[in-house]
Amino acid sequence: MKKLTALLLSGALVLGLTAGCTSKPAPAPSQAADPQPSAGTTDGKVVIGLLVYNDKNEFIQKVVDGAQTKCNEYGYELIEYSADGDAATEVSNMEDLITKNPSVILYNPVDSDAAEAALSLANDANIPVITVDRTANGGEVVSHVASDNVYGGKIAGEYILAQLGEAGGELVEIQGVAGTSAARDRGDGFHSAVDGAANVEVVVSQIGNWDKAQGMAIMENALQAHPDIKAVFAHNDTMAMGALEAATAAGREDIVIVGFDADDDAVQSVKDGKLGNTVAQQPQLMGSRGVELAYNYLNDLPLEKEEAVEVALVK
Amino acid sequence: MTGKKNKTLKILSEFRIFIIMVLVIIVLGMIEPSFLRLSNFSNIFKQIATNAILAAGMSFVILTGGIDISVGSALALVGAVSVNLIAGGMNIVMVLMLSIAMGALIGLFNGIFIAYFRLQPMIVTLATMSICRGLTNIYTKGAPITLKTSLASGKIYKWIGSGTLFGGIPFSLVLVVVLYAMAYYVLNKTAYGRQVYAVGGNEEAARLSGINSTRAKMMAYVICGMTAALAGIIISARVSSAQPNAGEGYEMDAIAAVVIGGTSLRGGEGRVLYTIMGALIIGMLNNIMNLVGVESYYQTVVKGVVILVAVLLDARTSKSLVK
Repeated sequence: MKKLTALLLSGALVLGLTAGCTSKPAPAPSQAADPQPSAGTTDGKVVIGLLVYNDKNEFIQKVVDGAQTKCNEYGYELIEYSADGDAATEVSNMEDLITKNPSVILYNPVDSDAAEAALSLANDANIPVITVDRTANGGEVVSHVASDNVYGGKIAGEYILAQLGEAGGELVEIQGVAGTSAARDRGDGFHSAVDGAANVEVVVSQIGNWDKAQGMAIMENALQAHPDIKAVFAHNDTMAMGALEAATAAGREDIVIVGFDADDDAVQSVKDGKLGNTVAQQPQLMGSRGVELAYNYLNDLPLEKEEAVEVALVK
Repeated sequence: MTGKKNKTLKILSEFRIFIIMVLVIIVLGMIEPSFLRLSNFSNIFKQIATNAILAAGMSFVILTGGIDISVGSALALVGAVSVNLIAGGMNIVMVLMLSIAMGALIGLFNGIFIAYFRLQPMIVTLATMSICRGLTNIYTKGAPITLKTSLASGKIYKWIGSGTLFGGIPFSLVLVVVLYAMAYYVLNKTAYGRQVYAVGGNEEAARLSGINSTRAKMMAYVICGMTAALAGIIISARVSSAQPNAGEGYEMDAIAAVVIGGTSLRGGEGRVLYTIMGALIIGMLNNIMNLVGVESYYQTVVKGVVILVAVLLDARTSKSLVK
């Protein structure tokens, strides 16, 4: 009982302390419940928040880079948090970011479906949000910037068709995480190119979850079941490189493998003639465009609902 | 005169963790003013709820001299099943009861191998961790399951994780307080609580004095499994979906909270109320590092150092502290 009292007393002490400290005039209103006026500033600088699903990969690092460069140009301050692939961490990051009172939030969700939980916090705080690279299903955003993944899937498919020529052949598709807009769009684009094409059939289409080991396993199994595979399209380079390893190990260097993202090791592999091709996104440009859209919003300039960033085959 | 001075020192050392906490808050507040906002503290309480819940159950297990590293994966599995049942239309009370029961079952599974077959807790719970994670991936087919907030049961479920009472107090915090009150009562006022301490302190002696140590230990793992289930519900409610990778690494934070709170990994020593302080300290650390802008790589280094320091301090002062 004595300990419990002590616990409650210290809890009250803590709250009393916080009340005392918040009475000092803050540069911007703080309570998340209050409707925020759009001026979110610290030391007079506009603050742009950037929440990414995981900053421990090359692609996202380039996005952050691009955003930072553009922010420097505009004189904005960029605050970036990584969720490390955990949706719960993402919600915490959003809460902490809102405490810092950003003017605009650029949001790259861990999962498009789980994104609403974090997004609704920003909506409630009246902070405008622009989604980057991945959509949020539910919640309100003022714009969305992503690569034209549909077009990217399509040109990958077209490249494969060109390589196979008249003879056609059996194809493998290795998909990204189910439900992500990138996987869905690249798949749609790919199928728009190859479905119905003469002499061509997608015999294996499985989910590799953007993971190299899984891509490799899918390829190994596909080769077992279909010894006559001619080409592979993987939704990202990581899985494509896995498939390449499986094909090489099986002595099938003739298979045309196409990835997506133009990661450094994939581009090198294409140069070396091993990987067939890959689709280059422009992550730096994506980050930069995101900040541009934020600038447009803050200055009442016209804003597209969806901004597509160009992609191209590297070969 | 010296009698009074000793008494003051004794009170100070009893409450030293609270004093440290207040000082820490003051210092952190000076470094980063936004840390002290009420809305920020509300966030911190929401953010630590999951870890605090896991740590409550983990306290029981560690007090018996064991450990449970399967809680993160158990959390994910129960979360996945619960969200799916809600989507399937089951009513909320049934879902909650089934989820907690599931947690108890996982705990029982652990308990049987550890307490009855006398296998190493680390190894058994390592295996369970794998099994639960695998089952979660199979059950979710590797993709997240969305919580159907269009259904009434979905709305209530969501509210459990992120709703507030009386204008601002997170419900999850209320749950934590109730849970710790219960844990405190069981560990300090019931025969079972005494058994837990006895078994942790010296299992042989406990058994010789008539305590069924097997049953006492099994019960501890069941309790830990149930808190993991509760945490699974809270987390999936907070993010409105069951993620296949939910809870990854959460067991480490739970153990850290218990250890920072002064419970010894050897067992038989520690106070569950201090565990909540441990969870609070970790939560504040995570929060302040975000607010100040520390890169996430450095955050894990800092956390590791804090745990080390906490364990060191406790080892050196536990001799002078009267239990």
